[in-house]
Amino acid sequence: MIDTPSIDWLALSPVLAPLAGAGIALLLSVVLPYGVRRAVAAFFGALGLLVGLILAAYVYWKSPDAQGIVADAARRDRLASLAQMMIAGAGILTVGIAYRDQPRQEHVGEYFALLATAAAGMMFMVSASNLMTLFLGLEWFSISLYVLCAIDIELETSLESGLKYLIVGSFGSAILLFGFALVYGATGALELGAIGEAGRALEHDSMLLLGLAMVLTGLGFKASAAPFHQWTPDVYQGSPTPVTAFMSAATKVTALVVMLRVLNTAFPAQEDFWSAAVAGIAVASLAIGNLAALVQRNVKRMLAYSSVSHAGFMLIPIAAANELGGQALLYYLIPYGAASLGAFAIVAARERELRQPVTLDNLSGMGWERPFLGFSLALFAFAFIGLPPGGLFMGKLFAFSAAVDADMTWLVIVGVVATAVSVYYYLAIVRSLYMRTELRLVPAGGAPPRELLLTASVVVTLAIVVGSFVFVQPLLDLAGNAADSLRF
Amino acid sequence: MSGWLTTTLIFLPLAAALVLWVVPWPSLWAGSIATLVALVEVGLWIVGLSNFDFDGGIQGEQQHTWFSDLGVSYHVGLYGFSLWLVGLTIVCTAAAIAYAWWAGRDRSRAYFGLMLFLLGAVVGVFTSQDLVLFYAFFEGMLIPLYVLIGVWGGADRTRATYTFVIYTMAGSLLMLAAIVVFGLSQGTFDLIESGTDDSSWVFLGFVVAFAIKAPIFPFHGWLPVTYRESPPEVSALLSGVISKVGAYGLLRIAIAKFPEPAQDFQVPLLVLAGVGLVYGSLLAFRAPDVRGVIAYSSLAQMGLITLGLFALNDQGFDGAVLQMVVHGLLSTTLFLIAGGIERRTSTGEFARLGGMAHGRPALATVLMTTGIIALAVPGSAAFAGEFLILLGVFDTGWGWAVVGAVAIVLAAMYMLRLISAVLHQGRGPAVTDAALDLRPAELGIIVPLLACVLALSAWPAGISERAFPGDRAAQVVEAQFK
Repeated sequence: MIDTPSIDWLALSPVLAPLAGAGIALLLSVVLPYGVRRAVAAFFGALGLLVGLILAAYVYWKSPDAQGIVADAARRDRLASLAQMMIAGAGILTVGIAYRDQPRQEHVGEYFALLATAAAGMMFMVSASNLMTLFLGLEWFSISLYVLCAIDIELETSLESGLKYLIVGSFGSAILLFGFALVYGATGALELGAIGEAGRALEHDSMLLLGLAMVLTGLGFKASAAPFHQWTPDVYQGSPTPVTAFMSAATKVTALVVMLRVLNTAFPAQEDFWSAAVAGIAVASLAIGNLAALVQRNVKRMLAYSSVSHAGFMLIPIAAANELGGQALLYYLIPYGAASLGAFAIVAARERELRQPVTLDNLSGMGWERPFLGFSLALFAFAFIGLPPGGLFMGKLFAFSAAVDADMTWLVIVGVVATAVSVYYYLAIVRSLYMRTELRLVPAGGAPPRELLLTASVVVTLAIVVGSFVFVQPLLDLAGNAADSLRF
Repeated sequence: MSGWLTTTLIFLPLAAALVLWVVPWPSLWAGSIATLVALVEVGLWIVGLSNFDFDGGIQGEQQHTWFSDLGVSYHVGLYGFSLWLVGLTIVCTAAAIAYAWWAGRDRSRAYFGLMLFLLGAVVGVFTSQDLVLFYAFFEGMLIPLYVLIGVWGGADRTRATYTFVIYTMAGSLLMLAAIVVFGLSQGTFDLIESGTDDSSWVFLGFVVAFAIKAPIFPFHGWLPVTYRESPPEVSALLSGVISKVGAYGLLRIAIAKFPEPAQDFQVPLLVLAGVGLVYGSLLAFRAPDVRGVIAYSSLAQMGLITLGLFALNDQGFDGAVLQMVVHGLLSTTLFLIAGGIERRTSTGEFARLGGMAHGRPALATVLMTTGIIALAVPGSAAFAGEFLILLGVFDTGWGWAVVGAVAIVLAAMYMLRLISAVLHQGRGPAVTDAALDLRPAELGIIVPLLACVLALSAWPAGISERAFPGDRAAQVVEAQFK
């Protein structure tokens, strides 16, 4: 007789809802005629995610005290719930961005189903608190994303990007798995808290530290932090743009939240080691991301490097290893995810209008021809720099505050220099939008087909980016309560 | 005055900007709406002025918690000197908006929205009593300026925007680091609650940001190209209003919050200010065009104001505040006149100008009056300001006053050169009969500005004795304006 652990279905429900949505979408795609497939699949994908979002919010509300569920394989805590809300929200917005994406009908069902599945995997991973469930979650969402990257078989670069992501991603997963094995070997425990307990006695045991280093590397791959970012520009550029948008927001949330949880729960005794390592990775990401972005002409590629540099900014509060840092990271992810989704959404709209890759030249005059999308993209660019009225302004303020609190003022200086460099390429976007009207790419008077869902997604992201600047305290409370679930 | 008045002064133009952008007004309306809003602002400011008690401390205060975790709040309020700077901002921006309306700018909804946005942000900077809020407005100024120069600027505007933005951002990001360190060490970002700090590094972070904004030698690399390539009314605001943000920051934050570092760095900063004063004057004397003269004279004048600020005594502070307002008005007027000249001759080069006084009495009178006041002729407001500043630095060391006095002679040289090169001498090749005298609309914009200057010439004490409560500037600054 095997003892079955009691299962907290409520805590698991945010993960199960998008899975159910994906299942329904897939099933209905088989039986329904071509004409309604897209609408039905998108609807059930989005519905699953929406229910997941609402359930995650409910679990957040109901779980002031963190606790392990399903025999400590996962945690029911506010950190997980908040991250789940962000991921589900990113998924819903992605459905809006992707709705008109594919001209072909055959794979629409899979498209939205895989999107919901990937989101479910991420939502599972952020709650996982055991090396095995962590790896399960990682593979779950990664495999969904590999397929999504390659799904647009008519797009020349899509297959290449999927393959690249598969190979490099598997490499990252393998390193992570090896790291897990070493950690297990050193501590004899799988559950994060138990590893933390065992690690106190071991302190700087070389096998444990090697394992920790490999875990950091593996998560660094997913967070696209330098020097583990090499796949990012190619994959971001090659994948269908809505998928890129989703990856840039949701994968970042997942990887960084998991990193925050694993480092603080499983390795509190090795804090000096990983704090320095994370700070090093942050500096590398800031340097490489910003410098490489300077020379990009393709906007998706530029935004890919920008996401590397923002990974660097978000690693600063992780390196600070204090409660303010956790709060800063969780706050930062909200406007960053929104701005990133919104920026890629507008790139997607421009791509569909021009039917060619979006370069800086291709953006010329867009600000005047498409006032709303152009204005939004300009605002996102200003927000990425950290100018008001974008929430990233506050994000940077909190990240820097966390670093100062942890006596790492030098990291603030690095962040400041990196921001100064980033001004150049973000402003290149604004310049293309408004100040280079000599290139007329769109016939005067013509308008692209109205994309209600995409526009709505952009409106929502814009509202989040600006709203997170104005209503700071409610979001800080959300983030602070979530960060409280960890032991700082 | 009530706190809501301060808040309205900040947010009315911001809201109007949004309305201009969102509602598809006919483009002809945009200018009139913006001018109307700016005039309402002037009216509101006069209401504020009439209710202001110049012997009291901060007034028109309003505070709401923004986020308590770091002790940040929406906290605004006005001191005597900030009231004058807000007035300067509103009056100059109203003139600039009216000028742009008259001159006609294409894509007018975007243009006037940005001008109003800029107005709101600058008023926000002058009224913020919380460092994070101050910084948000300080950075917020950059966005409209960048777009205004980049879209409506001259041929070399791309270089101008990049130079301007990179200089400004480099400074303001240093300030962000300084703000974070200062705010966390104080436990609050509130300017009134927080105490003083004696860290030289943090002090320098602030000083560099403000020195770039002002600009103060040697941080003026962005100035010539930016002032030349911007639309004239934007140059007017840059040199008349935005530069005062730098000086204001030095007074409100760098000097008040860092008394010890301010003393320690007094001599180096006075040296930089003095060098900027003389060097700027010489460059202005050598500049080949109208805008070059005004731009470099602006550098010189900011040096003079800094000289007054870092005298760190009553006369220095009073004189600096008076001079900020006077120079702001004069420089705005001069740039608007320069805009008028460029419209008529499509050049600002002295080699192609000359003889414009003949048959253009209004232009000649206005330019002559402004120029003569700007060179600080005795009896003018500029003279009063410079005299107070010189008196202030004389107390610190007579050598500084000598430098200042030399610069006044240089100011006469470059201003007279400007007047003569435009108005007198032989008729330049670019000056045709089609170049008319100033139109009534232009006079309607420039004459009120000039009237303000003349009023201040008659009664400079109106500002110099009403900038700090009880006219005890040094004491008030030492008490951090509490």
